[in-house]
Amino acid sequence: MVITAPPPLSTGGFLRWSWRQLTSMRTSLILLFALAVVSIPGSILPQRGTNPILVDEWIEEAPTWGPILDSLGFFDVYAAPWFAAVYLLLFISLIGCVIPRAGVHWAALRTQPPPAPRYLTRFPGTIEWADPRSESEVLAAAGEALKGWRIRAEDGALSAERGYLKETGNLIFHIALVGVLIGVALGGLFGWRGNVIVREGNGFSNTLTQFDAWGGGRLTGDMALAPFSFTLTDFRVEFSREEAQRGSPTLFQAEVSYQESPQAAPVREVVEVNYPLEADGAKVFLVGHGYAPHFIVRDASGAVLFDDSVPFLPQDGSFTSTGVLKVPDASPQLGFTALFLPTTAVDDIRGPHSTFPEADDPSVFLSAWKGDLGLDGGVPQSVYTLKTEGMEQIGLEALVPGQTWEFPEGSIEFTGFDRWASFQIAHDPGKEVTLITAILAMIGLILTLSVRRRRIWVKVEKLPDGRTLVQVAGIAREDGGHATPEIAYTARSLGAPAEVIPEEDE
Amino acid sequence: MNGLAEASNAFIYASMAALTVAMVAFAIAFSGKRSAVPVVIPAGDVALVERPAPAPGRRASNIGMSVTWLATALLFIGVVLRGLWADRVPWGNMYEFSITSALGILLVFLIWSTRRDLRWLGLFVVITALLTLGLAVTVLYTEAAQLVPALKSYWLIIHVSAAIVCAGAFTVGAGTASLSLIRSRVESKNGGQVSGWLTNVPSTERLRTLTNRVLAFAFPLWTFAVIAGAIWAENAWGRYWGWDPKETWAFITWVLYAAYLHARSTAGWRGNVASWIAILGWISFLINYFGVNIFVNSLHSYAGV
Repeated sequence: MVITAPPPLSTGGFLRWSWRQLTSMRTSLILLFALAVVSIPGSILPQRGTNPILVDEWIEEAPTWGPILDSLGFFDVYAAPWFAAVYLLLFISLIGCVIPRAGVHWAALRTQPPPAPRYLTRFPGTIEWADPRSESEVLAAAGEALKGWRIRAEDGALSAERGYLKETGNLIFHIALVGVLIGVALGGLFGWRGNVIVREGNGFSNTLTQFDAWGGGRLTGDMALAPFSFTLTDFRVEFSREEAQRGSPTLFQAEVSYQESPQAAPVREVVEVNYPLEADGAKVFLVGHGYAPHFIVRDASGAVLFDDSVPFLPQDGSFTSTGVLKVPDASPQLGFTALFLPTTAVDDIRGPHSTFPEADDPSVFLSAWKGDLGLDGGVPQSVYTLKTEGMEQIGLEALVPGQTWEFPEGSIEFTGFDRWASFQIAHDPGKEVTLITAILAMIGLILTLSVRRRRIWVKVEKLPDGRTLVQVAGIAREDGGHATPEIAYTARSLGAPAEVIPEEDE
Repeated sequence: MNGLAEASNAFIYASMAALTVAMVAFAIAFSGKRSAVPVVIPAGDVALVERPAPAPGRRASNIGMSVTWLATALLFIGVVLRGLWADRVPWGNMYEFSITSALGILLVFLIWSTRRDLRWLGLFVVITALLTLGLAVTVLYTEAAQLVPALKSYWLIIHVSAAIVCAGAFTVGAGTASLSLIRSRVESKNGGQVSGWLTNVPSTERLRTLTNRVLAFAFPLWTFAVIAGAIWAENAWGRYWGWDPKETWAFITWVLYAAYLHARSTAGWRGNVASWIAILGWISFLINYFGVNIFVNSLHSYAGV
């Protein structure tokens, strides 16, 4: 369709005009472009969905533009209303285009091809010759040669058409894309995803309170979680020591003891990157790992106030890790911010840092604080940050495993470390729909882009000398309308003399 | 570094030398004037038959084709040796992906050339492959050995090999699209006539049809590469689509090539507009490969440079 005259003034006329514009090919093209353009900012700016910390940093560093971009949804592009507007318009345009085409195609599938035109010589590539057989014999042979084509036989002529799968594939492709959108929406509305850090020897059971982070779809509800649980029995990780790839990981492997329900017998399972654990409709993915140094904190009298390992978050590829230890039972309350270095190095520029991810030479650098941890205010606090306002620094110390630091309020012993693994547990009820429709879309594409739709006509006419004039012509929907190969094929099957058939160039 | 890696490098350098020879040959062929006899197509005849009938440049372009076959064979050996050395598929980092993509570009061109005369496209293809290899051996070279765990999956073979063939086809398509734009521009300036090296190139309409052919092959394959990537992502990261920059640009590339196919069936847009979109799609593919791997913090950033 073409963008036509301005809209008529009546409401109905305007609506019809708008609908025609929306479903025209030009509009869908413009919308496709718009979709490409509006996708770009999400690949340049950090996004909340993948990297919320970076988003906050970005906004902090750009006090003018940050909040403006934020309010316009640029840090959550793929959930922004303007992004949704583009793809929804595109899908409406698609549906509006596909439905009438499906109707036309359905009708075409059930009718014969149109009759042969009167003069075939107008068509480029027409082949003609005089044949010794009778008219009916030639037409019968043509019917034989064009087996598998849809044929209309007439008096002295035959029209044949094939390649209906081209349009079928086109329609399958477009309808399947709607299915992909539905699958994505199902996942977004009913799916959920949670993250949890589990230390070696500790367990996880699949309830909301156990997750460190949890995101559910709008219609997920709370009922959805299956009652499975697992314990991280062992976590193995190896890093390359070769010069070229020093420090890059070569193995992550989490061994878990998995229970499908509290009553079920525990099963030993191994979770690796690329090999998630199937857990009762959800999947458990290994997504990260780190160190959890173990500390014992005692008060001045030597009574144990704290004795546990604490997950630290890796800050770089060599696992320079930071963490916080809070001891609310001490009086005054004690807090520590700490750096864990698996392979310790100290220099003037970077200060204490790690040079290799494996624990070749581990140490912790501690900063101890006393005062009010601020835990009683009722405001939830991150376990990875220590609010030092209202606290007083006791001092700084570096420890290797087995060492103890004594200070007036008590002591802290660094006994060693565990490893932790982080898991993403996800349930996406729409992913099968998405996969199946995406594959259907691909099949539709292959059909519509490889099948050629073309029409062939054969006409016969009695010549004065008793022979029969045979004409073969045809058109195609693509390739500039030329059906050269099919014309040549038909003529050859009908026994046309070689000199009238053009040499094939394709 | 051991013998296999050294041998692989030697074959790749030999291939680059051969490609340089081929480039010179194709350039000579291009500069050679075609005989000024217009190909008269009588009305009513089969209009599609259109043979480039060059006289002086013909030998040079034949040499170019032969040397390109040789260069491709050398590159193939180089890539296989690299895979044998690393003991896995030879596309575990950007260097390896680049040499394999250069092989993909050459193979798409050569396999297609067995079905029709593509000597006029040789210069473009050889220069592109040479640039890719040059970038690979100078900037991207790594002595990478093992794969990071996220890449240890048979999906690496399926997903990346599809992307490599697409790299070849998109590049060839961008070449024919560019030539059609150049030819169309010269024709519109000179009242439908072309002169000089452009006479060695098929007609504008023919170039557009060829672009359409190669992209109609590449687009479903790209769709497949994206779907395979999504299945892999679901297995490795717990979601099939997360708008990672790599995924985003794969999507943009897909949308642009979809726009190309739509433009091809829209009156008034099927000519130069469609050709421009084909080039935009290729640029988007390049951004996805070089830009995202090197400059953006992405889950796919394992360039090894």
